[in-house]
Amino acid sequence: MLIRRPDDIRPDEITPEKLFWSRREFLVAAGVSGAGLAAMSLPDLGPRFRRSGPDPDTPTPYDTVTGYNNYYEFSTDKEEVRTLAAGFHTKPWTVRVEGECAKPATVDLDVLLKGLTVEDRTYRHRCVEAWSMVVPWNGVPLAEVLKRFEPTSKAKYVEFTTVLDPKDMPGQNYPILPWPYLEGLRMDEAMHPLTLLVTGIYGKPAPPQNGAPLRLVVPWKYGFKGAKSIVRIRFVEQQPVNTWQRAASNEYGFYANVNPTVDHPRWSQARERRLGEFFRRPTLMFNGYADQVASMYAGMDLRANF
Amino acid sequence: MSRLQWVTRVVKPAAFLGASIPLLDLLREAFLGGDLGPDPVRHIQHVTGIACLALLLATLTITPLRRYLHLGQLIKLRRMLGLWAFTYASLHFLTYLIFDQSLDVSRIMADTVKHPRIYVGFAAFLILLALALTSTDASVRRLGKRWVTLHRWIYLAVLFGIIHFAMVQKLDYRIPLVWGAGFLVLMLSRIRRRASQRPPPVAAHGVVSAASGD
Repeated sequence: MLIRRPDDIRPDEITPEKLFWSRREFLVAAGVSGAGLAAMSLPDLGPRFRRSGPDPDTPTPYDTVTGYNNYYEFSTDKEEVRTLAAGFHTKPWTVRVEGECAKPATVDLDVLLKGLTVEDRTYRHRCVEAWSMVVPWNGVPLAEVLKRFEPTSKAKYVEFTTVLDPKDMPGQNYPILPWPYLEGLRMDEAMHPLTLLVTGIYGKPAPPQNGAPLRLVVPWKYGFKGAKSIVRIRFVEQQPVNTWQRAASNEYGFYANVNPTVDHPRWSQARERRLGEFFRRPTLMFNGYADQVASMYAGMDLRANF
Repeated sequence: MSRLQWVTRVVKPAAFLGASIPLLDLLREAFLGGDLGPDPVRHIQHVTGIACLALLLATLTITPLRRYLHLGQLIKLRRMLGLWAFTYASLHFLTYLIFDQSLDVSRIMADTVKHPRIYVGFAAFLILLALALTSTDASVRRLGKRWVTLHRWIYLAVLFGIIHFAMVQKLDYRIPLVWGAGFLVLMLSRIRRRASQRPPPVAAHGVVSAASGD
């Protein structure tokens, strides 16, 4: 049976109260050894600097979520994107939906989402660079949007294209990546109830640096799968070559499922640093969403299909 | 004020202060109501790494600068700048050991063996450690000519440092390339000088000056 709206962070993932109040045992249980002792003597530098504590999935502060962005269309400096994206125009915004579907159309964003309920979904967000955050997104399930265009049986994949606008996106003037940014999902991944088309964060319209006005969020995949400022959605038969794969196919794959057992060639993916914390925590298989998504990859070699 | 006094009483303290600025700034951000940013450890690693590279290039600039400014006394700065570079390298390495790896020896070993970025950086650190340990006047005297040979390893340490920095980047190599270009210019100035067949007074003079103490 399909659970229409799964809980974002399941109750069993939340630290039990008993554990919450016994931090020492928790630290030991969590395998924090020598450094745990070092951590205890660290000065407390306020909530943003607290070490890996007993509450593992606290939403990352709004200021951090909107001030630390991998958005190469603006800059490769994560802390510079907010400033550079400040004047980015997100209205009016049209999206072209095309390819293997019965009703291709170019529609205004309001029309695209008309009648759909914007939901609150708090997801873990794991960057391929081994940092992570917890973001309260607002959006609609991608499946609801895609169904409107009646994909045909030939639609095996969905491709997402970010706007090409070098005038307002200074980073696009450098050929660091082949522009425009392109991402893709397999049809079952795109139709999965966890997959979200995001319009807001923290109950407000998403600011440009977070991918306004429309971005993709696939919480069990590395963050780069989440194409931002989407202007085109295309149903295709062949597996798309996403931008990062095109740029460095030995380092970035099509699936990009969060997987602590498959390292990036240049760094380990076994652990991650939650923004604001000092110590790393273990990375969870499929970013902790294995129960909901692992079956889609049954029998697949995840080492080959990284 | 003699040229030597000018260097030791004005230039050197100023350089010392300049070299300490990144560290003081980090301390201010951490403890004096500042802000280490969204990813504090990454920020500390970035600042200490860049400071180390900058100071290493500064030590390599001393030799050509002495020649062009006809100010041989600048040699008095070199050891201090090198030790500051080592200080930043140590802080950089310590944050990796403590925060990234929670001092877990088996994890550190596995990471070092598996990832070139780590072992290249580690190799650079080991070289700097050896140079720092032999930076004393006593070492200079004891090692004699071998001291010069040993301290030429600095070039390899800088090269490794820049490669290590480049390997952290995700496709955008512009900034490491700038550092690489700076290193190349400094190396070319040395190669050109060697090619012009003059005796290399640089290193020899360096030993004498360093040995004379400061």
